[in-house]
Amino acid sequence: MLKDITIGQYFPGDTPIHRMDPRTKILNVIFYIIALFSCGGIVGYVLVLAYLIAAVRISRIKLKTILKGVKPLIIIIIFTALLNMFYTPGNELVHFWRLTITDAGLKNAVLMVARIIMLITGTFLLTYTTSPITLTDGLELLLNPLKKLHAPVHELAMMMSIALRFIPTLIEETDKIMSAQKARGADFETGNLIQKAKALIPILVPLFVSAFRRADELATAMECRCYTGGEGRTRLNPLHWQRLDTIGLICGIVLLTGVIVLRQFGL
Amino acid sequence: MNPIIETKELTHIYSRGTPFERVALDSVNFSVNPGEFMGIIGHTGSGKSTLIQHLNGLLKPTDGQVLFDGTDIWGDKHFTRQVRFKVGLVFQYPEYQLFEETVFKDISLGPKNMKLPEEEIRRRVYEAAAFVELPDSVMELSPFELSGGQKRRVAIAGVIAMEPDVLILDEPTAGLDPKGREQILSNIRAYQDARHATVIMVSHSMEEIADSVERLVVIHDAHIAMDGTPREVFAHASELESMGLSVPQVTNVFLRLRKMGLDVDTSVYTTEQAKAALLALKGGRPGC
Repeated sequence: MLKDITIGQYFPGDTPIHRMDPRTKILNVIFYIIALFSCGGIVGYVLVLAYLIAAVRISRIKLKTILKGVKPLIIIIIFTALLNMFYTPGNELVHFWRLTITDAGLKNAVLMVARIIMLITGTFLLTYTTSPITLTDGLELLLNPLKKLHAPVHELAMMMSIALRFIPTLIEETDKIMSAQKARGADFETGNLIQKAKALIPILVPLFVSAFRRADELATAMECRCYTGGEGRTRLNPLHWQRLDTIGLICGIVLLTGVIVLRQFGL
Repeated sequence: MNPIIETKELTHIYSRGTPFERVALDSVNFSVNPGEFMGIIGHTGSGKSTLIQHLNGLLKPTDGQVLFDGTDIWGDKHFTRQVRFKVGLVFQYPEYQLFEETVFKDISLGPKNMKLPEEEIRRRVYEAAAFVELPDSVMELSPFELSGGQKRRVAIAGVIAMEPDVLILDEPTAGLDPKGREQILSNIRAYQDARHATVIMVSHSMEEIADSVERLVVIHDAHIAMDGTPREVFAHASELESMGLSVPQVTNVFLRLRKMGLDVDTSVYTTEQAKAALLALKGGRPGC
């Protein structure tokens, strides 16, 4: 049940997108998001969509997997669509009770939904094709210049990789604790909101206890292996910039420039 | 005698319809008689944990039925919940599920969920604590202040306090020192004697199983591979080994003795029996 969550899940593969340097992919996602939000008109959206479809095709991630990632956010998407539909002023199309749908509202709603779905899919593509470890490696290297400003870049990256590493562990643990409390007659499904919130205590307390215990053990284990922070640490698999990455980066820049140019023409 | 728990063609498939699909149980027919002390052994991933979670309705069968006292436990929603109280399940490392401020409150969670009157809850909590030999002085302490073995016993008491007809324990002694192990095993036996309860114990230690159970079920690869008395099961030493299991150390010693040419009974599986067998051997050939 809880195991079905796909956030941060990585699907191993051997496509150009999988092989790309994480830095290229992160930069590309940033370009992609900026492009998505600078779209001036339908043509711009079509261009961004085409870019996304091409990337998904190359990565060979199944459409089903991607839709599964979008599913948990469906309520937010519907909510945004409804708000946009009813609260954008414009020419009235339909009117009933106190609600009016305008042409501008309808257009806004459709574009907003498209934008959210494309945003989610694009960022998911990054986590689907990049293992958490390389992802944080890439992030650390990209943020490296900030070290000059004494920003704790390495520490942040380490925290992120540990957090990602423990998501599945904690999900499994939650499942186990839930079963154990259910075996003692705990009921998580029925009751009003307050009862349901109260029913979470027998799950959250043991979960926090075990999370702290794990954190403590991990810290000891890291110290035993002489971890002293980023200073002087080398990598098992250093990242190499390849021609593929240059191509990827150029594609991202072309997309962004294309969208901005189209925007000047109001497209 | 009618079985208290019975499974009919029980099948369970995890993550059905995804690339991670895995058959954990495949048409398992299995029954437990009232008052029986049963052991379940099996290699990691053989499906034994999946099986026991079906017996109290925590997992829903993909196919097949689980009957409690002849009634399908999934037939009626209300009954499913009742079965959870009648079949007490103690998970592996149960001390990780403790959460209350005091030991007393933690043990009383089960009885409280059964909506019993205050007096009855009190009686059950103290009785359960007595079964696992927890002194009254710890009842008002926080469970997190206790030692590992004590925490484990608090968690077991939490299930015993529901006074289940069937008590299932998944590796109750894992990670404890020898003294803690022996204590928990004797607590379980005491509970069974006093309540005439049915007990099912999953374990990786053949010695523990050999010393306690009357009937032994071997699960291998989502199927029941063997079912019989410990003597019958441990007679298949080589088959057990091929499943990644083993026979008790004593049996191994006797198998070796037999190989060395000594005419000993290789069906022994406890140290008591071994002692008797050796004495008999010596008695047969005086002066040896």
